[in-house]
Amino acid sequence: MKNLILSAAILAMSAGLAAAQTVRLGTEGAYPPYNFINDAGEVDGFERELGDELCKRAGLTCEWVTNDWDSIIPNLVSGNYDVIIAGMSITDERDKVIDFSQNYIPPAASAYAALKPDADVTSGVVAAQTATIQAGHVAESGATLLEYPTPDETVAAVRNGEADAVFADKDYLAPIVAESGGELVWAGEEVQLGGGVGLGLRESDTELRDKLDAAIQSMKDDGTLNPMITRWFGEAALVF
Amino acid sequence: MFTSCADPNSIEGLTWLLCYLTTGKHLLFYASFGVVLLLLAITAPAALAFGFGGAMAARSPFLPLRMIGKAYTAMVRGVPDIIFFLFVPIALDQGFEWLRHKVKCPDWTEPIRRGSDFVVCPAAKLPLSTSPQWVHESYGFAMAALAFSVVFGAFAANVIYGAMQAVPRAQIETAEAYGMTPRQGFWRILVPQMWTFALPGLSNLWMILIKATPLLFLLGVEDIVYWARELGGSKTSQYAYPHPDWRVWYFLALLAFYLGMTRLSEMVLGRLTGRLSRGQATLGGEMQRKAAR
Repeated sequence: MKNLILSAAILAMSAGLAAAQTVRLGTEGAYPPYNFINDAGEVDGFERELGDELCKRAGLTCEWVTNDWDSIIPNLVSGNYDVIIAGMSITDERDKVIDFSQNYIPPAASAYAALKPDADVTSGVVAAQTATIQAGHVAESGATLLEYPTPDETVAAVRNGEADAVFADKDYLAPIVAESGGELVWAGEEVQLGGGVGLGLRESDTELRDKLDAAIQSMKDDGTLNPMITRWFGEAALVF
Repeated sequence: MFTSCADPNSIEGLTWLLCYLTTGKHLLFYASFGVVLLLLAITAPAALAFGFGGAMAARSPFLPLRMIGKAYTAMVRGVPDIIFFLFVPIALDQGFEWLRHKVKCPDWTEPIRRGSDFVVCPAAKLPLSTSPQWVHESYGFAMAALAFSVVFGAFAANVIYGAMQAVPRAQIETAEAYGMTPRQGFWRILVPQMWTFALPGLSNLWMILIKATPLLFLLGVEDIVYWARELGGSKTSQYAYPHPDWRVWYFLALLAFYLGMTRLSEMVLGRLTGRLSRGQATLGGEMQRKAAR
């Protein structure tokens, strides 16, 4: 055991002396179209394309890492990776623990999907992913919150009747509802939550945040961000 | 993998299934079975070593060593596994990084703990952020194996301690009468005889260890349960191979795997029990003696 750790440590030391700054990007890999693991087993999606472009513009070497959503913030602050790029909405609560870049997706709507359009979303059972702004909203709305660790399980809970509705980012639910063949429909009202999606960084990492902020700004300025959003989220998606 | 799989939308039936089951993602799933088996192969002997050491320490005539041995078993057995699995890797990792930070960056003036951030100098990162992904994964795996070994070692220590106490005192007395030193008596008489008493408890632990491997995902290692959940979840057409919720099939495959492992272990453990009771003054040994007559 000790040998294993030792050899891993030695390898780590000998491997990494040459290259410049490598930034590790942490994502969830289970939230299409934001980020997902494609059939080749690689991180794919809007944020993959965006992240690679941002790194190119900021002159950084980037490495992709997947991490469970539930522990994505603790692993950032303890230094397992340097940036969270996982469809994370900017909220005041999270901002107390980590720092955010400016948003790269404008504040977008969250929506309820259910088996029937008149599903009770205010006092029924509503599924949401753990530790999301949607889960927070459901808890306050008076409905019974049913939490799941992955977004896919929240949708499955509605399909098998454990929950009356699922509450998530509309951009995440849209392709699922569209392809369900009428099984899933929109229910209730759309809700505006959070301050858009941004990159999450350690509070002490101001230099990296400024670099990435500038890269996002340059993509907004030269008009390359909007087409990227529409390509992944469809024509109806909000743009800057 | 196959050339006919280049365009998944145009194929169907068995070909589609064959292509689907050989995607890069599925190959990662199959490889994760190897990860689980590797974890078992590393953890089982390591836990046994921890257990043996713990039991020896707990029996030591030297008080501080005895206290360490007893404290180890009592503490680890008393704390819920999940807390330990979360605590050991993170605490060890930060401990190592802190030590490396002190050695490699003595003139770093900024504090390591800033609010909730744990920041060491880039050269002290473990593994370095520049090292390739597989180094990070091996490091995570090593941490996981260490955590498993510490936890299961404590249980094994208690089992082995009990087994050592169960060896009849007369056996040790005979060793002493033959003029063996305590050390010789321990290694030549006590240890060979205690295994038959330890085996039922150890086989239990082995079974629990097999079933505990899904905890790997808590430690960031992508194991078979993670991949089964990820692959089985419903997929929209954003993926090359869209399908509805197929988790039940993936979990059935895992069920078959775990049951197969259990059956195999039972067979091996049964043989081992027979081998170890040979010539022992136990019920099992007695029955063997009668059968041979």
